[in-house]
Amino acid sequence: MKRLLTLVFAFFITSTAALAVDSATEAALAADPVAEKRLQKLSEELRCLVCQNQTIADSNAELAQDLRREVRTMIKDGKSDKEIVDFMVTRYGDFVLYRPPVKGITLLLWGGPVALMLLGLFILQRYLRRRTTRLNAEDQPLSADEASRAEALLKENTPK
Amino acid sequence: MNRYYWILGAFAALVALLAIGLNLNPRDVPSPLVGKPAPAFSLNVLAKPETTLGPKEMQGKVWLLNVWASWCVSCRQEHPVLVEFSKKVNVPLIGLNYKEVRGDGAFDMSKMAADEEKKLAFERANKWLADHGDPYTLTVMDLDGRVGIDYGVYGVPETYVIDKAGLIRMKHTGPITPDVLGQKIMPLLAELNK
Repeated sequence: MKRLLTLVFAFFITSTAALAVDSATEAALAADPVAEKRLQKLSEELRCLVCQNQTIADSNAELAQDLRREVRTMIKDGKSDKEIVDFMVTRYGDFVLYRPPVKGITLLLWGGPVALMLLGLFILQRYLRRRTTRLNAEDQPLSADEASRAEALLKENTPK
Repeated sequence: MNRYYWILGAFAALVALLAIGLNLNPRDVPSPLVGKPAPAFSLNVLAKPETTLGPKEMQGKVWLLNVWASWCVSCRQEHPVLVEFSKKVNVPLIGLNYKEVRGDGAFDMSKMAADEEKKLAFERANKWLADHGDPYTLTVMDLDGRVGIDYGVYGVPETYVIDKAGLIRMKHTGPITPDVLGQKIMPLLAELNK
């Protein structure tokens, strides 16, 4: 219970803090809408390394605020999007990118789901093929011997 | 029967994979700076605020750069290890005090003037070292965390090992434990100092 209360409390603190930041962002947005739009877009591509499952646009951690400020300065200095992203990657590595680049070490990450789906399809196809051949093999016409036995059984059970 | 072994095997493999994944430390993000030159900076020295220090002045030496702050809780855990290290080992240990005042979160920075922040930061850092012991050869003050960004700092404490040519050879994120010191840092220092 105590834990739950702490959680609720923490939630309120963070949500009010987020509101405070929003008003600051709004003020800056009004001052220079184009730059702020770019900042917003870039921030959504960059991971906050403190709260690792958030972008620096979502996160309100100190570091995220600092990095947003850094991006804002670079936009003002006329840096291109690529230059800004490169700035982050040279300092924090590919991990800072919310969408990791496709390269040797991330092949499994990008290709894994596709590979698993192909494997699944392969297994399904093999299973279906085997099932068909098995059913076909079982679905033979009765041999003469079997036919006479079936007839005898049917005769036995026919009501007189 | 055979088929059940197959499923059991696949399940065991999945469990093993997840077990490995869960035991990895998500905070341990490999730094792209390892093998690269230590980013340049020129920051005020804590003991002598009128002087500055940067990696250029450390050229030709193997040295450690340790990021700390008085508000950082894990730094307290690490500190005795550093104090012990500084007594035993003759390798320069430079402290990088990271956002001493604004990192604390207890101050409203919009209401604080720059010189006021600077004064408070120096006071707080000096007090902390006086209270807990000072293992640092020198400490430099990164008030706004700008140098921290260049070094890819995202959690204090962090420690960098820098070689004679000024290249970063290792980065450790989180507090240095006696194990990390003995098994990773000391052997590397010995090798670099050869």
